[in-house]
Amino acid sequence: MKIEEKKQINEQSTPFPIRHRRKAAILSALLMGVGQVYNKEWIKAIFFGVIGIVSIIAIPYFHHGLWGIITLGEVPGPHNDHSIVLMIQGLISILVLLILVTLYILNIRDAWKTGRLRDQGEEVPAFKKYISQLWDESFPYIMLSPAVLGIMFFVLLPILFGICIAFTNYSMPHHIPPKNLVDWVGFENFINIAKMPMWSNTFLGVATWTVIFAILATTLNFFGGLFVAVLINSRYVHFKKFWRSIYILPYAVPAMISQLIFRNMFNGQFGPINMALKEWGIIKNNIPWLSDPFLAKVTILIINIWLGFPYFMALMTGIMTSISKEIYEAADIDGASSRQKFNSITLPMVLYSTAPLLIMSFSFNFNNFGLIYFLTDGGPTGKYPAGSGAGATDILISWVYKLTLNTQQYHMASVMSLIIFVVIGSIAAYNYTRTKSFKEEGML
Amino acid sequence: MTKSTPLQWLIQLIVYVILIILAFIVIYPLLWVVGASFNHTDSLGSATAIPTQMMYQAKFVHSDGTVQEVEESKKYTGKKDQEDFINGIRAKYVKEGTTIQEETVRRKMNPSLRQYQRLFKDTQYIQWYKNTFKIAVINMFLSVILTVSASYVFSRFQFKGKKIGLITILVLQIFPSFMGMVAIYILLAQLKLLNTHLGLILVYAGGQIPYNTWLVKGYFDTIPRDLDDAARIDGASNMRTFFTIIMPLARPILMFVALTNFMGPWMDFIFPRLILKQREKFTLAIGLFDMIAGKQNNQFTMFAAGAVLVAVPITILFTFLQRYITEGLSAGAVKG
Repeated sequence: MKIEEKKQINEQSTPFPIRHRRKAAILSALLMGVGQVYNKEWIKAIFFGVIGIVSIIAIPYFHHGLWGIITLGEVPGPHNDHSIVLMIQGLISILVLLILVTLYILNIRDAWKTGRLRDQGEEVPAFKKYISQLWDESFPYIMLSPAVLGIMFFVLLPILFGICIAFTNYSMPHHIPPKNLVDWVGFENFINIAKMPMWSNTFLGVATWTVIFAILATTLNFFGGLFVAVLINSRYVHFKKFWRSIYILPYAVPAMISQLIFRNMFNGQFGPINMALKEWGIIKNNIPWLSDPFLAKVTILIINIWLGFPYFMALMTGIMTSISKEIYEAADIDGASSRQKFNSITLPMVLYSTAPLLIMSFSFNFNNFGLIYFLTDGGPTGKYPAGSGAGATDILISWVYKLTLNTQQYHMASVMSLIIFVVIGSIAAYNYTRTKSFKEEGML
Repeated sequence: MTKSTPLQWLIQLIVYVILIILAFIVIYPLLWVVGASFNHTDSLGSATAIPTQMMYQAKFVHSDGTVQEVEESKKYTGKKDQEDFINGIRAKYVKEGTTIQEETVRRKMNPSLRQYQRLFKDTQYIQWYKNTFKIAVINMFLSVILTVSASYVFSRFQFKGKKIGLITILVLQIFPSFMGMVAIYILLAQLKLLNTHLGLILVYAGGQIPYNTWLVKGYFDTIPRDLDDAARIDGASNMRTFFTIIMPLARPILMFVALTNFMGPWMDFIFPRLILKQREKFTLAIGLFDMIAGKQNNQFTMFAAGAVLVAVPITILFTFLQRYITEGLSAGAVKG
C-alpha cells in the first residue's frame, strides 16, 4: 500500500508522467532506433536503426527461407528449387530471426528505460558512460557471443538439420536434389525401421552388435588395465615407472595410425601375422582375421584391448600409488594377508574411483567409429541386404557414416543418429547429473 | 621385505615373464611399422620388420667343364621365400651333369630410406604436414579462446538464460559429431568455405565448444570465488581478474583443452575428408589413408614412413604432457 502511494506521488510529481517512456517504446516498436532518436541517443539510434533497416530489407529473404523450409521447394531442377539448400536457408532464417527478435526486444526495452530516466527528470547518460555501463552489465553476454555464434552455426544448425532430415525422404535414388525434390514424410522412416525387413533386420543386427561390442570392449579394456596395473604394482616388480611407460605407448600413438597398422598386420593374404604363422608351419591356409564375419568381431575386440587397456592402466596405477600407506600398515597390524589387503583395500579403492569412467568408456566405444572403419570398413559384407549398406562388423555410427557417404540414404542415417542420441543421451544425462558443474548450478 | 622363498622366487619369475610378453605385444606392432618404413620394396607382402636382403653366391660347374660364377640377391621375406629363391636360381643354371660348388646364402640387413624419399618427392606429404600443423595451431588458439571465455562467464556470472544455456550445451554435445555432416557441407558451400582450411577450423573450433565449455566450467567452479572477490575489491576488472587469478590456477585444464585441440586435427579423418577436396589442401590423416586404401596395398611401406613421421612427434608430445590428458579426461567424469 505504502509503496503504491509513493509511486503515485512520484509519478504525479514528475512534470511529464509517463509520456517519454511510452512514446519512446512505441516509436522503437514501430521502427527500430526511432525511439532512440526521440531520446536523442544518436549512436544507439544508428546502431538499432541500421539493424532495423537491414531486417526490413531482408524480409523477402526470411519469407523465402520460411517458405522453403515448409514446402522444401516446388519445382525440381538445377536452376530451380534445391530442397536441401532451401531447408538450410530456412533454418538459418529461423536462427537469424531469433537473434533479430531478441535485438528488437532489447531495442524497445532500451527506449523505455531511457524514456523513464527522462520522465524522472534524470540526466540521460552520455554514450561513453553508457558504453562502459553496458560493458559491465552485459559482460557475460558479450563474452558469450562468439561461442554462441559458433555453437549456433556449427553445432545447433547441423543438428537441427539432421533432425529435420529424419522426417524427410532425402535419399538415393529418387530424392536427391537438384534433380528431384525432397518431401516431408512425417514418421515414415521410423515406421520403416520397425517394419521394412531390409531396415528392421539390419538395424536389429547392427544395434545388437553395437551394444555387445561396447559392453565387451569396455569390460575387456577395464580388466585388461586392472590386470596390468596390479602386475606392475605388485611387490615383485622393480622399475615400475619403466614398465608403465612401455604399456602407455598404445595410448600415446595416434589411434588412427595404430588402427591402420593393425588392418595391415591382420591382412589375410599379405599380413605379417599370417605369413609368420605359415612360415612356422602352424597354419596351412590363411586365417581370415578380418574377413570372416565372426572372427573379424573377435579380432576387433582383441585389437581394441591393445588400444584401450593403457588408459585404464594409467588411471589405476595412479590411484594405487596414491592409496595411503597407513591403511596398509593398519591392515598389517590386524594381521591381514596380502590377498586380504588387495581384496578389501586396493580393489575397492580402484573400483570406486574408476567406475564413473566405465560409463564414459561405454559411450566412447558405442561411438568408436575409427576402430571399425579403419580395421574392417564395417566388412565383410553379405550378412545384411545389400541395399542397407551395412557389413557384419558395422556398429551404428560406422553404418551412419556409410549411409551418408556411400549409399546416400540420408534419411535413414539421420534416424539412426537420433537413436544413437537417445542411447548416449540417456547415459550422458545420468553421468552429468553426477558432475560438479551440474551440482554447482543446483540443476537437480 | 623378508628373504624370498623359492615359491616367491617362482612367482616373481612368472610375473616378469608375463610383463615381458605383454611388453612385446605392445611394442611389436610399432616396431614392425618402423622397420617396414625402412624397406626398399613397396608392398605389404614384402615388408619385413627387419629389412633383409638375401645374397646368393655359387659356382656352377657344367658337364662341358665351363665354370659359371653366379651372384644374385633378393629381398628376404621368409624361410620359404629363401628356398624358392635358391631353387629358382638352381633351376635357371643347372643343366644335366652340373655340379654346384661353394654355394652360400647370406642374409644382410639393408635398411633403405627410399620410402622416405618417395614420400617427399612423389607425394605432397610436406605440404600436408604444413597444412595440418597450421590447422592444429590455429584451432588450438581459437578453441581455447572460445571455450575459456564461455566457461568463465558460466562459472562466475549470474545472468538471465544461464541455466538454459548450460542445459543446451549439455544436450548438444551428446549428438554424434557427424550427424550434421551433410548440413555442415552445405553450410560451408553457402559460405564459400568448402575446400578451405578456414572452413575446417571453424567446424573444429565450433564443434568442441559444448563439451569443453562444460569441462572447463566445472574446473573453474573448483577455484574459490573468494579469490576473485578479493581481486575485485582491489579494483581489478573482470578481464584482469580472469587473467591474473583464474588463468594461472586453471592451467591444467587449459593445457588439456589446448592439447586435445592441437592433437585432434592430426588424426581426424571425417571432416577433412568431407571438406577438403584438392590434394594440396589435404591434412595428414586423409593423405596417409589414401596411400593404403583401395590401392591393393602396394604403398604400404610408404604409408609406414609417413605414419612414423607423424606418430613419433605426437607420441613424444603426448608422453610429456600425458598427465594433463588423463587428468582432463577423468575431470570430464568427476564424481561429485
